[in-house]
Amino acid sequence: MVKTFAEINEKIKKGEVVVVTAEEVIGLVRKKGVKRVAKEVDVVTTATFGPMCSSGALLNFGHTDPPIKMQKVWLNDVPAYAGLAAVDAYIGATELSETRGMEYGGAHVIEDLISGKKVKLRATSYGTDCYPRKEFESFITLKSINQAVLFNPRNAYQNYSVATNSSDRTIYTYMGVLLPNHGNANYCNCSQLSPLINDPLYRTIGIGTRIFVGGAQGYIAWEGTQHNPLQARDKKTKIPVAPAGTLCLIGNLKEMSREFLRAAIFYKYGVTLAVGVGIPIPILDEEMVRFVSVSDDDIYTTVVDYGVPRRKKPVLGRVSYRELRSGEIVIKGKGVPTAPLSSLYKARQITNILKDWIKKGKFFLQEPIQRLPLDEEFKPLDIVL
Amino acid sequence: MAKKRIVLTFPPELVDQPIIYRLVKDYDLVLNILRAQVTPKEEGKMVLELEGDRERINKGLKYLENTKVGVQPLAKDIKLDDKECVSCGACIAVCSPKALSMNRESWKLEFDRDRCLLCGLCVPACPFGVIAIEFE
Repeated sequence: MVKTFAEINEKIKKGEVVVVTAEEVIGLVRKKGVKRVAKEVDVVTTATFGPMCSSGALLNFGHTDPPIKMQKVWLNDVPAYAGLAAVDAYIGATELSETRGMEYGGAHVIEDLISGKKVKLRATSYGTDCYPRKEFESFITLKSINQAVLFNPRNAYQNYSVATNSSDRTIYTYMGVLLPNHGNANYCNCSQLSPLINDPLYRTIGIGTRIFVGGAQGYIAWEGTQHNPLQARDKKTKIPVAPAGTLCLIGNLKEMSREFLRAAIFYKYGVTLAVGVGIPIPILDEEMVRFVSVSDDDIYTTVVDYGVPRRKKPVLGRVSYRELRSGEIVIKGKGVPTAPLSSLYKARQITNILKDWIKKGKFFLQEPIQRLPLDEEFKPLDIVL
Repeated sequence: MAKKRIVLTFPPELVDQPIIYRLVKDYDLVLNILRAQVTPKEEGKMVLELEGDRERINKGLKYLENTKVGVQPLAKDIKLDDKECVSCGACIAVCSPKALSMNRESWKLEFDRDRCLLCGLCVPACPFGVIAIEFE
């Protein structure tokens, strides 16, 4: 029994579609079995909400009079990249304010814009015959500018390592505060609810897939940067046991809400953006049911020592998300408390919103235009003489 | 006579040292331990009131700093903005008395004020700036 995207969309149109979340489907498969669920369920919603540094927004400010070819741009004193056409700029989430440092960054500019706040724009240039102006300073809002597109080169990591610290001092990382002598272990993945965990071989999630991003409908633009499909995988579930696939996302910032796009500061590390992402998975056949019915008991990840600040960090073992979510894992024979960095609470909210949108005919599935690569190598960077 | 309330953080290697004894014996301070959590081989926390003349208190504080014990002023209150909190859980990592915890059903962050030692470590650990501290 095989279903197509078109057939599922037809059901959405008629209001007959059956949608459950990636958590609900686990119990359903246990109760009814794979065959029946493949027949009865059309879509399973997945989601994640967590800090995703490789995020930012493309903005077009509109032309000034006399015109300026903006060469350097600051938004609330945060530098944006303007090496594009005259009034285009990209504000990266992790860029820091030149006046406030680590307490305000690109992610805050994005959050202020979607909150409807006025943002100070400052631009400088060398002046040309066609763009004579050399300086500009004023205020913009999300409404006053032309395009505002969230364009995130790498989001929604398929699995992530658990971070702990063997050294004798507290370290401050993008994985949060790590106490000395394995005082804690932080993890950052929505596991059984997470998009690429539920479609481990990228059968339905690909370029062109319509998604929930930051509260709006958006798309998968490409594979994410550092996409690493060749990562070691669990033989039975095909789920990678360490960071693997990634997604490059795009969506209209003007339709997004602060509830699912929030600036975050990792103490003594820097600024980042917490992004809410939801992806519907069509139940095309029984294999997809087996994929989406995976639970935290069967999803594993790798414990890594961030106390060693090298590219290759010591691996301290493998744990399941069931163990991580219990609040304690064992490292070197010692019980270590765990803490999540991604919000399962928010992710659940997103799976339910997406479910609601699909049921009400507000969201249709888009079949990928192209699959994500399954054989791409993740390369390091070394000094070449 | 002056009084001062502080929060002490003992690194695991110092937990078995008689540091409080030294404060009494060598600096002649009257101590009142308000709250404490000390477990062998783990980071320890203590909320302490020092009483004595100002000079002795300052000398005692200097001694503590030299021993690698973390010394912070005591907060009056910790405030968690429930509406703004996204329940990520980053603060749990630094909360050794487990005042901050995850509800394992709803995965919503919960704050148990009775367990809080008012150390304030959760304030910078919160990526969203929703935990605030008030000092005395």
